[in-house]
Amino acid sequence: MTTRQHDTTIYEQIQASPRFQELRRKFRSWTFPATVAFLAWYLLYVVLSGIARDFMSAKVIGNINVALIFGILQFVSTFLIAWAYSRHAAKELDPIADELRHEVEGKSA
Amino acid sequence: MNQQALSITLFVLFVAATIGITFWASKNTKTAADYYAGGRSFSGVQNGLAIGGDYMSAASFLGIAGIIALYGYDGFLYSIGFLVAWLVALLLVAELMRNSGKFTMADVLAFRMSPRPVRTAAGVSTITVSIFYLLAQMVGAGALVGLLFGITGEAAKAGTIAVVGLLMIIYVVFGGMKGTTWVQIVKAVLLMSGAALITLLVLGKYGFNLSSLLGTAAEQSGKGEAFLNPGGRYATEEQGFVGLLDLISLGLALVLGTAGLPHILIRFYTVPTAKEARKSVNWGIGIIGTFYLLTLVLGFGAAALVGSDAIREQNAAGNTAAPQLAQAAGELIFGEVGGTILLAIIAAVAFATILAVVAGLTLASSSSFAHDLYAHVFKRGNVTERQEMVVARIAAFVIGIAAIGLGILAQGLNVAFLVALAFAVAASGNLPAILYSLFWKRFNTSGAVWAIYGGLISAVVLVIFSPVGSGKATSLFPNVDFHWFPLENPGIVSIPLGFLCGYLGTILSKEYNAQKFAEIEVRSLTGAGSEKASIH
Repeated sequence: MTTRQHDTTIYEQIQASPRFQELRRKFRSWTFPATVAFLAWYLLYVVLSGIARDFMSAKVIGNINVALIFGILQFVSTFLIAWAYSRHAAKELDPIADELRHEVEGKSA
Repeated sequence: MNQQALSITLFVLFVAATIGITFWASKNTKTAADYYAGGRSFSGVQNGLAIGGDYMSAASFLGIAGIIALYGYDGFLYSIGFLVAWLVALLLVAELMRNSGKFTMADVLAFRMSPRPVRTAAGVSTITVSIFYLLAQMVGAGALVGLLFGITGEAAKAGTIAVVGLLMIIYVVFGGMKGTTWVQIVKAVLLMSGAALITLLVLGKYGFNLSSLLGTAAEQSGKGEAFLNPGGRYATEEQGFVGLLDLISLGLALVLGTAGLPHILIRFYTVPTAKEARKSVNWGIGIIGTFYLLTLVLGFGAAALVGSDAIREQNAAGNTAAPQLAQAAGELIFGEVGGTILLAIIAAVAFATILAVVAGLTLASSSSFAHDLYAHVFKRGNVTERQEMVVARIAAFVIGIAAIGLGILAQGLNVAFLVALAFAVAASGNLPAILYSLFWKRFNTSGAVWAIYGGLISAVVLVIFSPVGSGKATSLFPNVDFHWFPLENPGIVSIPLGFLCGYLGTILSKEYNAQKFAEIEVRSLTGAGSEKASIH
């Protein structure tokens, strides 16, 4: 803690406000679990490539094997998560962020 | 006209166009925000293309196609790590950095810390990572020239490195971020078009049947079906458990490194708002993802149409697989002239690729030197914007000249590992410091300094004492053996260590500033008080 006494700044007031708490919760409750999920999904792919050779080498259609499909699915999941996050951000985060930004900039101007 | 002359003509055209752009950009570069961040006035789409141009290095274009062509499936592991990594940047870093930083990575870290120690650490790390990456690209450029332009001999290689270095100095010193960004946009368009064209030709040859392309590739590779399965390059049976750990270690560095690479991070400052930063990363993900899907076809296509032996004969690491494929595909469809033209195009594109990436690296390292070390550490903030920009340009010049010199000296050395090392340092030192700064209330100066130095030093030391450093024919020092760390990739040890150092450094120091954390948290999530785009 800073030892000097100070009036709370506009940022501290905003940080303590329920609206900001809501923004932070909506941001973290989406991005943190999503990060854990895509990292786990990616590491599963890497580890299976290293140890589950028979499974990964199994052919599915013609010469296309599980490893190739699994790899392509990593692309698909990346595109989907990027799309879903952007949708979530535009719908849930941006309106609150804009509102709070105007509040801060209005008060500090 | 023969292929070399055509390649050189196309390359000269690219250089003329980009020098023209640089000249235009230099007239529109007046303030520090112009020089460091392109006036923050690029659109999300433009910056998305530039992200692609900055990120898709020769290592990913020529290198991954080469690994797939020689070792089969395992090259794809690289592509996937490089792509998934962008989700870390999108979800946790890009927007928040755009909102809370100004010109360099250190701006975010120094926000609520004691600025001098943190900027010193971040500056050292930025310059180290960028120079590792830069050296790998410069040496690669030298090695390529003989193959693509038909020039041989050490003098020609040194000459190429000097030309690449001088062009990159011109782009950065005169064009700043505006010039560099446009070079990257042009390169991204050329590279995507070139890769898409060859992919179409290759797929067309196999009746757009991926399975039949894969079958021929497996046959021609001499490895049979194993060519399509994981295990050709990483975690092979001879390597055993160590090989598996090495694979996971590489995978971790790839996926966590991108969001800590300084030359990537400064791209987020070139757009006016966090929303545009998000849009640019989305475009970047689309472009980079598409590109890596194309490289899959290029790699297997090269194995099928050129054959692994013919590729290895040209370049043992497979770096010429894509250009050789361009020639083969062109010949199949348009006859000999077609082959010559396509090879010339791809050779010129490869050089444009190298130029755009090295310019981005030079800009990142010189910006950090001028803004972090000179202005804030040496001068404690007592400099004018003008002085700082002069120093940034001098730094770009000096770094460029040093890169030319080192690139020529390192010609005979195997420096391809430097790219993986740059990712490892970024993931082990920079990423923990950035994430803790943005999300952890208690984080402080000591934690930031420990995280950066801990990650940087552990990654570099482990690589020096790994088989990459010594003890193997392919090592940096092949004739001695002082290795004791068994893995080639340090990430699995150095990344957790970097996070641990950041944690310990923090709790062992009492300092922390609640007021400043409130400011960075509110700013990063709402965009309040963020740097605005400049209007001319």
